[in-house]
Amino acid sequence: MKKREGEGCPHKYSDAAQDRDAILNTPILTQPFLFVFEVFQQELDTKHDKYERLVKISRDITIESKRTIFLLHRVTSVPDAEEVLSEADVKLDGVRQKIGQVAYELKGEDIHQFHRAFTPGIQEYVEAVSFQHYIRHRSLISLEEINARLVFMRTEKADPKGSAEALSPAAKVLTFQVTPSDYLLGVADLTGELMRMCISSVGNGDIDTPFQLSQFLRQIHDGFSYIGNTGPYEVSKKLHTLRQSLGKVEDACYTLRVRGSEIPKHMLADVFSIRTTLIDPEEGVV
Amino acid sequence: MSVTEMFSYIQGFLSADQDIREDIRKVVQILEQTAREILTVLQSVHQPSGFKEIPSKCAKARELFCTVRTQIAELKTKFPVEQYYRFHEHWRFVLQRLTFLAAFVVYLESEALVTREEVARILGIEVVREKGFHLDVEDYLAGVLIMASELSRLAVNSVTSGDYNRPLRISNFINELDSGFRLLNLKNDPLRKRYDGLKYDVKKIEEVVYDLSIRGLAKESESGGDK
Repeated sequence: MKKREGEGCPHKYSDAAQDRDAILNTPILTQPFLFVFEVFQQELDTKHDKYERLVKISRDITIESKRTIFLLHRVTSVPDAEEVLSEADVKLDGVRQKIGQVAYELKGEDIHQFHRAFTPGIQEYVEAVSFQHYIRHRSLISLEEINARLVFMRTEKADPKGSAEALSPAAKVLTFQVTPSDYLLGVADLTGELMRMCISSVGNGDIDTPFQLSQFLRQIHDGFSYIGNTGPYEVSKKLHTLRQSLGKVEDACYTLRVRGSEIPKHMLADVFSIRTTLIDPEEGVV
Repeated sequence: MSVTEMFSYIQGFLSADQDIREDIRKVVQILEQTAREILTVLQSVHQPSGFKEIPSKCAKARELFCTVRTQIAELKTKFPVEQYYRFHEHWRFVLQRLTFLAAFVVYLESEALVTREEVARILGIEVVREKGFHLDVEDYLAGVLIMASELSRLAVNSVTSGDYNRPLRISNFINELDSGFRLLNLKNDPLRKRYDGLKYDVKKIEEVVYDLSIRGLAKESESGGDK
């Protein structure tokens, strides 16, 4: 039987082009079948390897973005918000550099072929970056603004450069485009973070933020209802969670208004620190 | 940009996306219809009378592939070519079917494994992604696997109609195919699942060959089976 010959091939995992030459020069692999399947093997392996690399980068992006979000939650309890924000900037730059790696992997590829490998990371990034944008500007970051920051300069030496500075004319421009549905799902996750921010800011005696937040959340909620089921399947799932978050924030505002008229402000904070412990456990961390 | 504006922008994008999908679905439906017609033509080789008509059946199938080419050409116009994988799921199934049919025709004609280039030529598409609408390697392999199970059927039926040589040739062919697939490092995906079925086809054909040899029916084919 001819079965075994190909399997013992020692250069199975080496570089594709080199491998192909090796096969052509190896006399035992004269059967066209085995030759043909060697080529398929290389093609599939290359693809799977790339996929795995992307999954890994995506995981790193997720972790770093989550950390940034945790960092940003401190903004309600520290006096100097700007310090936290600039620290988050540094972290997000790191994340962007990783996205640069994704862009590098995807160079010349069909982005949708590997989309499933990196979509969780990108959604998390959208969540982090829009959260920071909200804290700073009190508005929703647009898809263009996100994409505009995902332009990478790469020098010929093939190591990722996140910033736009110090580019030689020979540097190649790489861009990464967040798809509208990834953006949408990231924004849906953002609402969960805003809800937590709302509750914790009340806990710190901040009375204005909850009202701003509830208004903003309501706008997002209306936006999602407008999209309804035309969006991807996951959106309708997230809409449910979004509604719960909105409910919590609206309840908080309600309590603030009702109690605010009868209790002095410093005591109001105590009322909410009790409420927070009630609310937090049922909130699954997104 | 306000929140409302942002959402209506996204909504516009999403409904454009849905329109494209709708268009693709329509063309794919027609394509599936043609694929079924080809299958019906080719199925008749399993009939006892069909074995003599293999060349004419193949010629008929080849004619139908002309229709397939025009339909795929229409499919190509429905979406931007660089977004192939975004809509891949819509035609993945039918493309695998068509690959199977093309591979089956080529096998019946020449008893050889169709190359990916040949399938692409029959369907009027490309092999390399950069050049446009192409045949994904996994789809090609899946199509070949569908053919393997069809061949195990053919082996059984050819014995019924008194052709004792064919099973031996099929057996050789399938064994080579099996060893080819063993070279691949498949992930736990649909292709792998389909490949897992190949061993049953191999087994089935081996049984047929066994039955023939213990009855001395396979003797005259010794020379042909060695190739």
